[in-house]
Amino acid sequence: MKTIYLIPFGAADEEIFASVELSLWHSFGWEVRRLPALEEPGFAFEPQRRQYSSVLILRMLQSVFPADALRLLGVTEGDLFIPMLSFVFGQAQLNGGLALISLARLRQTFYGLAENNAVTAARAVKEATHEIGHTFGLTHCLDAGCPMSLSNTIWQVDRKREELCPKCAFLLQEMPAWKSQSRP
Amino acid sequence: MKTHWQIMVVDDEEIMRESLAAWLREDGYHVETAVSGRQAIERARRQNFAIYFIDLKMPGGYDGIETMMEIKKLHPDASVIIITAYATVDTAITAMKEGAQEYIVKPCNPEEISMLVSRIIKVKNLQRENMILRKKLTRNYSFRDIISKNARILEILDLVREVAGLRSTVLIQGESGTGKELIARALHYSGDRARKSFVCVSCAALTESLLESELFGYEKGSFTGATAQKKGKFELADGGTIFLDEIGDISSKLQMDLLRVLQERKFYRVGGTEEVEVDVRVIAATNLNLRKAVQEGKFRDDLFYRLNVIHIPLPPLRERKEDIPLLVEGFIERIAHEQGKELREISEGALEILMNYDWPGNVRELENAVERAVVTCKTPLLTESNFSFLHQPAEPREWAIPTHLTLEEAEKKIIQATLQRLEGNIKETAQVLGIDRSTLYEKIKKYNLSRP
Ligand SMILES: [Zn+2]
Ligand SMILES: [Zn+2]
Repeated sequence: MKTIYLIPFGAADEEIFASVELSLWHSFGWEVRRLPALEEPGFAFEPQRRQYSSVLILRMLQSVFPADALRLLGVTEGDLFIPMLSFVFGQAQLNGGLALISLARLRQTFYGLAENNAVTAARAVKEATHEIGHTFGLTHCLDAGCPMSLSNTIWQVDRKREELCPKCAFLLQEMPAWKSQSRP
Repeated sequence: MKTHWQIMVVDDEEIMRESLAAWLREDGYHVETAVSGRQAIERARRQNFAIYFIDLKMPGGYDGIETMMEIKKLHPDASVIIITAYATVDTAITAMKEGAQEYIVKPCNPEEISMLVSRIIKVKNLQRENMILRKKLTRNYSFRDIISKNARILEILDLVREVAGLRSTVLIQGESGTGKELIARALHYSGDRARKSFVCVSCAALTESLLESELFGYEKGSFTGATAQKKGKFELADGGTIFLDEIGDISSKLQMDLLRVLQERKFYRVGGTEEVEVDVRVIAATNLNLRKAVQEGKFRDDLFYRLNVIHIPLPPLRERKEDIPLLVEGFIERIAHEQGKELREISEGALEILMNYDWPGNVRELENAVERAVVTCKTPLLTESNFSFLHQPAEPREWAIPTHLTLEEAEKKIIQATLQRLEGNIKETAQVLGIDRSTLYEKIKKYNLSRP
């Protein structure tokens, strides 16, 4: 059976991964499994920006895409960027197999606050759902409470719910990338 | 309203070009890319794009500014955004003089690009809508996006025109989906506050503390996550209008805070010691019977009377069914455009289904139904089959406590039923069952339960 795989870069934080796995299963319905962790993606590190190139990491993920994978979601602690933008929370291939999220800016410590794993886990759930939603062809939702809405700030991430809004949940079922998969 | 608009990204550097294009596509735009100025100009000869992102520095042939000037010759009103590195800001200023809409220095804050793009698209949408409206029949029946020929709605619109210029508080009461926000917007944009902000807050969507900081703003350090001072919606609406939707759901503490703002037009930011003074018109809306909530002691009577200075009761869609054909026509027009579909009409039979349906979710449900039908429609005509999903909800079933099950079987059934009732919402299901989410997930796996 086709599976959505998660792949941690570096040690996986149990609470965060368990929450993400459960939510992805719930929102999308496919089995979710975790692959053994990879090393931190040093190959994608850009010393001048002190950030990781999300394009290079996605390219690398392509080379480890499991045969029975429906989707592969990389999860890194590294702060991600694309050349045009100062940062991205994550990136995905629209209608493709790969997605990537960064926990760096989802952690309270990034904003000078005390670490709170439950908060990070809730944020990771929303961003993972968002990026996997893109891989099935969903684009940004205008409902600011929907995980498919665009967030450029952590404030906007926190305003989202964890479940897709009814409209996105419906649109998902109409997406060619979704329909082409036989349901589990 | 995005998918129709096309964007062009011009850059010789592959990663830069493709990653920006991918980012914009995630936002729902159709994006094409060009590796050189020459290629971009060729494409622009065949079709115009809503926005052109052009890198300033490109080797060989046309650079960014030359490319822009060629495109401007083809499409004088093209919106061009010049992308530049820090080193070349001076040249970018030249670009502005030559007619670039904007220049951005990379790497740029994602929020800036989002806002820039949506600002340009909003203008394009308005231009397009005005054009359509000018030639449309429905304009006889429309006032500021409200389409109706129903006598009660027309009376309400007269009232809106009459009181638009006042600062008096308005309370709009109507079932959800009846268009309360549209009425609020009409009030704002028909009065002399139109040039100031119209700020919307949905009071039910947020927890008490989030709503408080959303309304009144907060000072840096006033709570976890408050890393900088933030203005609240009341401040953002200064000089304009604030629309408080689902006002019936706010806590008693916030009811008191709100009463104070209405009385004194002053408030404190969360964690603040300095009073902030604002000139804001308050329009509140609710789907509840607030008068009844007052009688039951759930809503402060003094706040109710402050809010209820002008009362606008909105009828549900089932009481204004004559508007359904007009509304449907408008929705088809807009949604087909968004989806890039050549869809123009609805069959008699389909319209009959819509006329006979009860619309518990009102105009919003009608809009969603049309959208859903348009998505699945493969021909230029919407027919009955496109609306087959419309059916009245079934009666809830009674259930008796079973006495023939093992505890495990009962547990399985209870989890399954709760999941179904909450439409698979894991978080709420876990809450209702009083277990944490990972326990719930384990049990779901153990009992091999299906996802509703
Ligand atoms: Zn949504
Ligand atoms: Zn996105």
